[in-house]
Amino acid sequence: MKIAVCVKHVPEQSKRIDPATKRLDRSGEGAINPFDVHAVEEALKLKEDRGGEVVVVSMGPAGAQDSVRKALAMGADSALLITDEAAAGSDLVATANVLAAALESEAPDLVLFGQQAGDSDGAVLWAAVADRLHRPVISQVANLSVADGKVRGKRQTEFGYDVIEAPIPAVLAVSDAINEPRYPSLKGIMGARSKPQRTVSLSELGLEGGVTGEAGSKTVVQALSDPPPRGDTVKIEDDGSAAEKIVEFLAERKLV
Amino acid sequence: MNLDLTEEQELLRSTVRDFARERIAPIAEELDREHRFPYDLVRELAELGLMGMTIPEDYGGAGADTVSYALAVEELTRVDSSVAITVAAHHSLGTLPIYYYGTEEQKREWIPQLASGEKLAAFGLTEPDAGSDAGAARTRAELCDGGWVVNGSKMFITNAGTAITACVTITAVTGDGEISNLIIPNGTPGYEIAPPMQKLGWRASDTRELAFRDVRVPEENLLGSRGQGFRQFLEILDGGRISVSAMGVGLAQGAYDLAAKYAQERQQFGKPIAKFQAVQFALADMATEIEAGRNMVIKAAWLKDQGRPFAKEAAMAKLYTGELSHRAANAALQIHGGYGFMDEFAISRLYRDQKILEIGEGTNEVQRMVIAKHLGL
Repeated sequence: MKIAVCVKHVPEQSKRIDPATKRLDRSGEGAINPFDVHAVEEALKLKEDRGGEVVVVSMGPAGAQDSVRKALAMGADSALLITDEAAAGSDLVATANVLAAALESEAPDLVLFGQQAGDSDGAVLWAAVADRLHRPVISQVANLSVADGKVRGKRQTEFGYDVIEAPIPAVLAVSDAINEPRYPSLKGIMGARSKPQRTVSLSELGLEGGVTGEAGSKTVVQALSDPPPRGDTVKIEDDGSAAEKIVEFLAERKLV
Repeated sequence: MNLDLTEEQELLRSTVRDFARERIAPIAEELDREHRFPYDLVRELAELGLMGMTIPEDYGGAGADTVSYALAVEELTRVDSSVAITVAAHHSLGTLPIYYYGTEEQKREWIPQLASGEKLAAFGLTEPDAGSDAGAARTRAELCDGGWVVNGSKMFITNAGTAITACVTITAVTGDGEISNLIIPNGTPGYEIAPPMQKLGWRASDTRELAFRDVRVPEENLLGSRGQGFRQFLEILDGGRISVSAMGVGLAQGAYDLAAKYAQERQQFGKPIAKFQAVQFALADMATEIEAGRNMVIKAAWLKDQGRPFAKEAAMAKLYTGELSHRAANAALQIHGGYGFMDEFAISRLYRDQKILEIGEGTNEVQRMVIAKHLGL
C-alpha cells in the first residue's frame, strides 16, 4: 500500500503577520506542523502492519526541507517537495490545486493529513484536496483501520464517535488523539539524507500560472486588526468567597 | 569557514530537545526526590540511539560525530543532569575505553550490548585516597595462575551498580610503577558494590563505592597492553571533558531558561521583574557567557572529529563551562528569590546539580594544571 502524507512547514515561534503583504511572516525558524506528525506516525504504523511505502508531500519554501527531513528521519521512505516562488501567497484553494496535482502523480492508496495547520488553523485543506482528487474523505479520525480494500475511520464529534467506511483510494485527516508520535532515532536522522527526495517546481507538475499563488487564490485578505478589547474585566481573588462572587457576577448578567 | 551545524546535527538537537522537554522534564523532580535511577528513560534513550552515539554502526552504535554527542548531552542537561550524566558516563567513560583499547574479541563481546544501551558500563579510576592524584591509585592486580587477582577499592563510580550494569573498567597497579586497565564483569565473586551514595545533586544517577577482595578475572580481561593504563585514562578523561563541558553549557542554559521565564511572570513593584535593569543585566550576562561556552565546547568536539589534538581546548571548555554554570545557576536562583530556595522550583535542583561540574572529571584546579602544561609552563 502506498501512503502519502501531506506535511506543512510552519513558523515555530511567532505568528506575526506582515502588515504590508498581509501574509504570515515565515522568515524565522520553522518546524513540521505538530498535527502532521500524527499523520506521519499513523502512516508509518500502517506501513509496519501491512507493508508498503510512505511518501511525504509538502509545498513550501526551501526551508520546508527541514520538516520533510524530520518525516524521513521518523521512517518515511521518500519525499516530494514543491517549492516555487509563484506558489507564495497561495490560499487554500490554490494550495489544494498544487497538492492535488502532486498527489495525482504519486497515485497513493491513502492520503493522510493532520487535521489542521498550527499556523493558520484552517482545517479545510484536506477537504479541498479530496474534492479535486474525487476521493472520499474522512476527517477528525481518531482511530483508523484498513481491511478488504476499505478504510474505516472512527471520527471524533462533539457528541461521541462516528464510524465511517470509505473505499480506497481515500483521503484522511487525522486528529492528534490518534497516536503518540515516535521521535526520530539517531539512525533515522543519519539515514534521512540518503532517501529519495525530489524538489519540483510548479511547471514540473504541469501546473499553469493562474491556478496557484495569489493569482490562483480565491480569497483576499482585506484587512487585519487586533482582537477587540474585552472591556472591563473583574479579577476575583479567592479569599474563601470567590465561588459566591463568581455566581453573583454571572447571575447579574443573567448567565446562570 | 562554516559555523553552521549540519542538517543531521540540527535535527538531532531538536529531537533531543523535544524528548527532554516532553519525556524527562515532567518526571525530573520526582526522580530527584526519590533518588530513583531512570530505567525507563534509559530504555527510551537507547531506542533513540543515544546510548552509543559515536560508536560505529558495525558495533551497534549510531556512528554520529562528537559534535552531535555534545549537542545531545547539552540538551539533556538543560532539563536534567542525572539523565545526562548517566548517558555521558556510560558513553565516554564506560564504553569508549573498551572500544578504543579493546581487542577485536573484547569489542565484539562488550560493545554491541553497551552501544545499544541494553547494558551499562562504568569506569573506575578514583579511589578513596586517590582523586586528583589519580596516579596514587592503590588498587592492585597481580597475575597469578593465568588470571588477575584484584584487591582494592574505588570511589564515586557512576553507573556501576544499576540493575543493567554489565561491567566496570578499573585502573589498577599491575607492577612497580605500572598501571593497567582491567575489565571486571558485574557478578564476579569478591567484587562488591556498595549501596547507592547519597548526594547533594545528580540524585537520580547511580554512584557507588566499589570493593575488590581477591577478585579473579581471566588474563585476557586486560585492556590494551600492560602498563598503558595511565596513558589510556588520560586520553579517556580528555574526551570525557567534552561531554562534561557540554553539561556545563546545558546546565547554564537550563538555569537561564527558568530564570527568563520566571522573570517575565513574576510581578513586583507593579511590573514583571524582567523589566528591571538589574534582572535584565543578569540575564544578558548569562546569555553572553553561555554563547561563549557553547562555542568552546563545539570547537573542542569539532577538533576531536577532525582527528586533531583537542586536549587543551577540552580542558579550557571544561574549566570555563564549569565556572560558567556556577555563575548561571547562582544568578538564576537569585532571580527566583525565595521561591528558588524551594524544592518545587526546578532551579533549586539545577543549583544542587551544578556543583559537581566543577569537580567531576577533573576539578577546576586540575583543569588549570592541564591547561598550564599545554601552554608549556
